[in-house]
Amino acid sequence: MRAISITKRYGSFLANDGIDLDLFPAEIHALLGENGAGKSTLVKVMYGLIQPNEGELRWMGNKIVLAGPSEARALGIGMVFQHFSLFENLTVAENVALGLAPTESFTAISERLAETARLYGLPLDPKREVWRLSVGERQRIEIVRALMQNPKLLILDEPTAVLTPQEADQLFVVLGRLKGEGRAILYISHKLDEVKRLCDTATILRGGKKVATCNPRQETAVSLARMMVGADIGEVKAASRRDVSVPRLVIYQLSLAPDDPHGTHLDRVSLEVRGGEIVGIAGVSGNGQDELFAALSGERLSPSEGAIVIDGLAAGMLGVNERRRMGAAFVPEERLGHGTAPRMKLSENALLTGHAASGMVKRGFIDKSATLAAVDRATTGFDVRKAKRDPEAVSLSGGNLQKFIVGREILREPGVLVVSQPTWGVDAGAAATIRQALIDLAGRGTAVLVVSQDLDELLEIADRTAVMFHGRLSAPLSAAEVTREKLGLLMGGAKTGEEPSVEEASHAVGA
Amino acid sequence: MPLVLERRSERSATIAIASPLIAIALTLATMAVLFAILGKNPVEALDVYFLEPLTDPYSLGEIAVKATPLVMIAIGLSLCYIANIWNIGAEGQFLVGAVAGSWLAVRTNGTDAGPWVLPAMLLLGALGGALYALIPAICKVRFGASEILTSLMLVYVANFGLDYLVRGPWRDPHGMNFPTTAEFDPVATVPTLIEGGRLHAGAIVTLLVVMAATVLLGRTIMGFEIRLVGAAPKAARFSGFNADKLTLFTFAVSGALAGLAGIIEVAGPVGHLQPDISPGYGFTAIIVAFLGRLNPVGILIAGLFLALTFIGGENAEIAIKVPLDLTKVFQGILLFYVLACDSMIIYRIRFIRTPRKPAHANV
Repeated sequence: MRAISITKRYGSFLANDGIDLDLFPAEIHALLGENGAGKSTLVKVMYGLIQPNEGELRWMGNKIVLAGPSEARALGIGMVFQHFSLFENLTVAENVALGLAPTESFTAISERLAETARLYGLPLDPKREVWRLSVGERQRIEIVRALMQNPKLLILDEPTAVLTPQEADQLFVVLGRLKGEGRAILYISHKLDEVKRLCDTATILRGGKKVATCNPRQETAVSLARMMVGADIGEVKAASRRDVSVPRLVIYQLSLAPDDPHGTHLDRVSLEVRGGEIVGIAGVSGNGQDELFAALSGERLSPSEGAIVIDGLAAGMLGVNERRRMGAAFVPEERLGHGTAPRMKLSENALLTGHAASGMVKRGFIDKSATLAAVDRATTGFDVRKAKRDPEAVSLSGGNLQKFIVGREILREPGVLVVSQPTWGVDAGAAATIRQALIDLAGRGTAVLVVSQDLDELLEIADRTAVMFHGRLSAPLSAAEVTREKLGLLMGGAKTGEEPSVEEASHAVGA
Repeated sequence: MPLVLERRSERSATIAIASPLIAIALTLATMAVLFAILGKNPVEALDVYFLEPLTDPYSLGEIAVKATPLVMIAIGLSLCYIANIWNIGAEGQFLVGAVAGSWLAVRTNGTDAGPWVLPAMLLLGALGGALYALIPAICKVRFGASEILTSLMLVYVANFGLDYLVRGPWRDPHGMNFPTTAEFDPVATVPTLIEGGRLHAGAIVTLLVVMAATVLLGRTIMGFEIRLVGAAPKAARFSGFNADKLTLFTFAVSGALAGLAGIIEVAGPVGHLQPDISPGYGFTAIIVAFLGRLNPVGILIAGLFLALTFIGGENAEIAIKVPLDLTKVFQGILLFYVLACDSMIIYRIRFIRTPRKPAHANV
């Protein structure tokens, strides 16, 4: 497949600017770029989801126009999206059958599904309901569904973002086999080591333009990163020496039933975060991280007072504002709709977490100048780029909004900061700013708890890292003993029985 | 050429102001067509409906009298709607407020009770409306019942309750069997503003309510809470606000304002309690709230405009012999267009060219 000079405009914004891409059989081709570089737009064009303004697609030498994904599938183009389109309450086979032509009987589909899954070493039980499956298993459904249409070109959008390192390794084996069968694979990622390991060719996009096509194995991670970002990224530097003080956030034997039927049950979670240290919580999403965050922030109350202790005071049954008054601050995973109200101005979003403890309200009346001043401080302190002084939250880019949210909380100089996925979907520059700010905050004596799916991030900034699996939290590993492999095993639910020295290990390790 | 709705990055301030005006223009055009179908001259009909009342001092006063309850109720409803809470039963709360206040007027009728009667009646009216509104609110918070249905159903309960009282225990013994209470005493009557006119002190109360709502929504943390719960419920929880408490609060306030409007209407222009004290104010106020963009000043303007349709409708019934129900048709069409135009604030319409299908798409 060839894409020639693809251009896609959204209003005055050029998402793709004259991009050429050549894909060959039996080749794994990486599409590299930061968030917003135009990767998704390009593959949506190639899968017929959107129409380019200029340029053409050629399939085996013939010019084609794709009116929709079904035409792309008919040609032999398959795609696995980053966000799965599965019905949670249906079985694996039912989900697959929904995506296929209605000419085949359901039994035939089930058999073919089991056959395909076995052939490629992707174990799947066709009769299981999707909501019982892990994220990795759900991805297998998507891949098997695509393979059942026998595609000549398979597009995968950031497939390893939701996988443990071991699950990713299994995926790479499958991709290698598909390549061996002569299929072309377009692999979208921003993880450089993966691309170097797996891919034969790499095309790098930046700001909607193609920067280069190269052989990733002949490049270094640094040179690839420079092409992606367009400049060297400042290394995050650890604070010179951090003094660790007393525990400022203690979670003790916290058990909590989920408030929605597909949620995760928190099971005797215990953890201490001391002043001056950053503790990371790794884990595949959906293993109880959201529930833990809600319990820590006070959006959900714990069954007992002492389950959560902030600066020596029992806080388990206090609301979010009382915890803020005790010096705690929280950054949720979802930027729009949870951390901010999308259609409200930044000053109002400063008030959102500042109204209880930051002197923005006097006798029930809002001090507008105080809220604006908070916006200005976050803007200058965290380099938030925006079109005017006080725009609506939704008009900011993801990275700038995240800098605003993190800045909003850090500027309150909290004693305890709980932050979930601090750099998820954020460009590299903003991510570096945010990580540096977290390290500096810990350097000033704050206890920082970082919940993240990004292992690289945790390895970079966390002093100790624990893993969440099925609502349980493992004993934390110190920076000296932690490796990707160990974390990966814990993320997959392996036991770490050979660590009896840690007292929490007896109950806090995966099932 | 398919149409698509495309999200705007910022809400459009121009459209936010223009939207009600566009909606009114579209409604007038639709009404002109409707008049033409009914065999009336559209220009003449629209003139009778919308221009003549504005040139006649008596009609102008009547517009203010009708706008008084409409605006007061709509202000309360707007607080609910901003918070995404759906009180549809203001009509019932209006009636219960009227009944609760009238109880005192009936009890003191003919006695030498002092000037404390009217303030006490207003208080009782507001209290009655608030308590009545709390029924659907508690059902929602406690049992998860849809407040849209429960609040609407309670309108009919209130209607029949009022009917029973004025036909039964509270009927005026000297009223020749008409279903009405005795005429209220002067101390139980809202004073008029101009000697001999019908414009009464309730209009001033309404203006105070408009001002109070402006301050509440724009300047206070309570107003912020109302707006935040409506705009982003999850963020509101993160902000430490309790949606259940807010449901009770907004229902109580909107009920109190509807009840207050009810007792003012009875103790003012009507002068006694009777079954048909409301030409559907509680329902029309829903349109007023949305036409006014859920903004207090906007609601004031919208209330005056909707009052104009009531007066114009009455005039048109006499002058060009169209049914009075046409006013309701008009109000319905107006609400429809207002909601349609409002989506243009966040979205814009775009035409997209469909690409030509390929003649051959062979592999």
